[in-house]
Amino acid sequence: MSTGDSSRRQFLLSSLSGLSSAWLAPRWPAILAAQEDAKHAAQTSPGKFQFFSSQDAFEVDAIVAQIIPSDDTPGAREAHVTYFIDRVLVTFDRDKQSAYTQGLKDLQLRTQYLFPGVNRFSTLTSEQQIQVLTAIEKTEFFELIRVHTIMGFLAKPEYGGNYNHVGWKLVGFEDQMMYKPPFGYYDAEDRKGG
Amino acid sequence: MRKFEDSTSVDFVIVGAGGAGGVVAKELSSAGFQIVVLEQGPYLHEGDFEHDELKFKDFDASPFIGQEVLTNNHALQPNTHRKAENDKAVMGAFVTYGRCVGGGTVHFTANYWRFHEIDFGERSRWGPIEGTGLSDWPITYADLEPYYAKAEWELGISGLGGASPFDPPRSKPYPLPPMPVKSSGVLLERGARKLGWHPYPAPMAVLSQAYQGRSACQHCGFCEYFGCEWGAKSSTLASVIPLAEKTGRCEIRPNSYVRKISTDKNGIVDGVLYFDARKQEHLQKAKAVVVCANGAETPRLLLISKSNLFPQGLANSSGLVGKFFMADLGSLSLGTFEHPLNDFKSVRVTRVVHDFYDSDPKRGFYGGGGIDARCGFYPIGFALDGLPPDALRWGAGFKKALQENFNRTVTIFAHTTSLPLESNSISLDPDIKDAWGLPALRVTYRSHPDDFKTMSFFRDRSLELLDAMGALRKWPLPIEDVTSVGHLMGTCRMGNDPKTSVVDKNHRAHDVPNLFIVDGSSFVTSGRNQPTCTIQALAYRAADQIARLAKTGGIASSS
Repeated sequence: MSTGDSSRRQFLLSSLSGLSSAWLAPRWPAILAAQEDAKHAAQTSPGKFQFFSSQDAFEVDAIVAQIIPSDDTPGAREAHVTYFIDRVLVTFDRDKQSAYTQGLKDLQLRTQYLFPGVNRFSTLTSEQQIQVLTAIEKTEFFELIRVHTIMGFLAKPEYGGNYNHVGWKLVGFEDQMMYKPPFGYYDAEDRKGG
Repeated sequence: MRKFEDSTSVDFVIVGAGGAGGVVAKELSSAGFQIVVLEQGPYLHEGDFEHDELKFKDFDASPFIGQEVLTNNHALQPNTHRKAENDKAVMGAFVTYGRCVGGGTVHFTANYWRFHEIDFGERSRWGPIEGTGLSDWPITYADLEPYYAKAEWELGISGLGGASPFDPPRSKPYPLPPMPVKSSGVLLERGARKLGWHPYPAPMAVLSQAYQGRSACQHCGFCEYFGCEWGAKSSTLASVIPLAEKTGRCEIRPNSYVRKISTDKNGIVDGVLYFDARKQEHLQKAKAVVVCANGAETPRLLLISKSNLFPQGLANSSGLVGKFFMADLGSLSLGTFEHPLNDFKSVRVTRVVHDFYDSDPKRGFYGGGGIDARCGFYPIGFALDGLPPDALRWGAGFKKALQENFNRTVTIFAHTTSLPLESNSISLDPDIKDAWGLPALRVTYRSHPDDFKTMSFFRDRSLELLDAMGALRKWPLPIEDVTSVGHLMGTCRMGNDPKTSVVDKNHRAHDVPNLFIVDGSSFVTSGRNQPTCTIQALAYRAADQIARLAKTGGIASSS
């Protein structure tokens, strides 16, 4: 089994231990529902998808892993982006469900068209996957899943993505309530009289 | 907090608990008057705010997300927009404003620039500009100066008076020292000095030190678009609204959506009709009304409040309610640098340049502005909109671009003039209604050619600045007509002549003796697109005038 498969398995089985237990009750039902939902799912049935079938989840996971790949640093897969998108689609972006259903169907057709005999995008080689996604990169579905991937990679981990802050660590962002100057390279240099 | 019955005719109803309404409420309740403030949005507190980009940031750039927690909800309150009066307006999310107690001061960047002396008399200085309504204000900088000082000291502003050679005269220093400089500020300062410009510490409505029982800024970085969890941003929510409530004479009534200002048979205002959170209608009786609903909702409310006595809308005998709408114009240029800036920490802006504030006839067009440097993005927003134009949109190259650029990108944001054109307006859409059945806000807006020239001029200065700052690479965002506006100015302009203005220099409607209007709608010109400081100085001044009139029996009320 390749390392890609084992990390995928890990992702599908993992629990969301990074969730915050202290959660102020806000007044905004959609987002509240999204976070509560992710938390509830984590407590009861870790890794269980609410919208995606397990087959869909494999397909989506393969797409997001091409949008933000895993290399020497973690990518969308390690950030649990597919899990995030599943949560999003049963909470505040419920109206995007049909776009995913249709988009995945179209992806399968495109895969079959470009690689006769192959039914599933996720079973293609990485190079073949890139070829398929390049063919659909101007579509609304691709833009939707691209934006969702970015959100799942960089949103607060309470939503189910950005697992272990891997997205924030990649870009160099930290979330804290307090900092003290110097903040960055140039103001530190300035303080030293540089 | 004091509660009033609808049937009690309070001294003043204030419509809108924002940057202006909060100040007027505190001033008039402190002066002994009974006040009800009707705010259409919720009453949120520090504990309700969070570091959560998905929840709070309004992603107007992305069709996929945007929770609109602190701002108006475009699904419930649609806008329509057209460029010219003969066009059919189309649905959009053109106007955005703070919709909660504290209004826009809850989520604003907290730039706090005074106007300069020239802003009040540009028509006299430069003469008429064809096709525009460029006019002098009926007040001068000197009239307003004491109230700028009062705003800075009461609300809590950090800055360094006199640090800019272009600073207008001031009677008092800032109450608090400037915020610590960030890497973007250091780079701006180095670059600007190389060019012979005069950068100075940004005046910010954020506490650099503990002040009046409020916490100092802890530099958490969730400032622009977010509510401050420390109470260190000097919103009216954190500063003066608690003081208004403490007088025991002021009720802040949230979730109260005003649908009409009511007048008696003599044309005197006698109350305000509004919907509560359950859409039940109420009439709050009042001896006088102060409308502080912002530069878009104020004219809309006046136009909706038409009656037999006021067939064109309340206070609109001039026909100018809603006209001369001015927008937040500017230019954005980005650059990347060698080392990590960590500019996601602390306030957005720490250094500013005002060398090109004044209009200069040698440029061949009217216009001026100010320049700041900032990070400009939170992580999701950066990944969607902040990368260099040639960056890949997905794949290994995209990931690398995110990794390399998020912490090394500076946005140079130039804030520029918007000329007042009579054809630019807020009006009522004839077809579209909001969720309460009221006519939707229709915007007619197209910038004047000089506005475009000014934006281009500032884009060119910003690119020069990025070079002087040592940017590895730089790129401008295109200069185009705005598609969303947050600084809403000029739609009930003040003036001495009832034929050419809506309110007098004391903010009283020319047509209605007990109706006052205080917010961005009072503006005659746009300044340099940083209106909050002047809105609040006007609010302090207006409150003084209104209290004086009320105490001397100078405000008629319905009997």
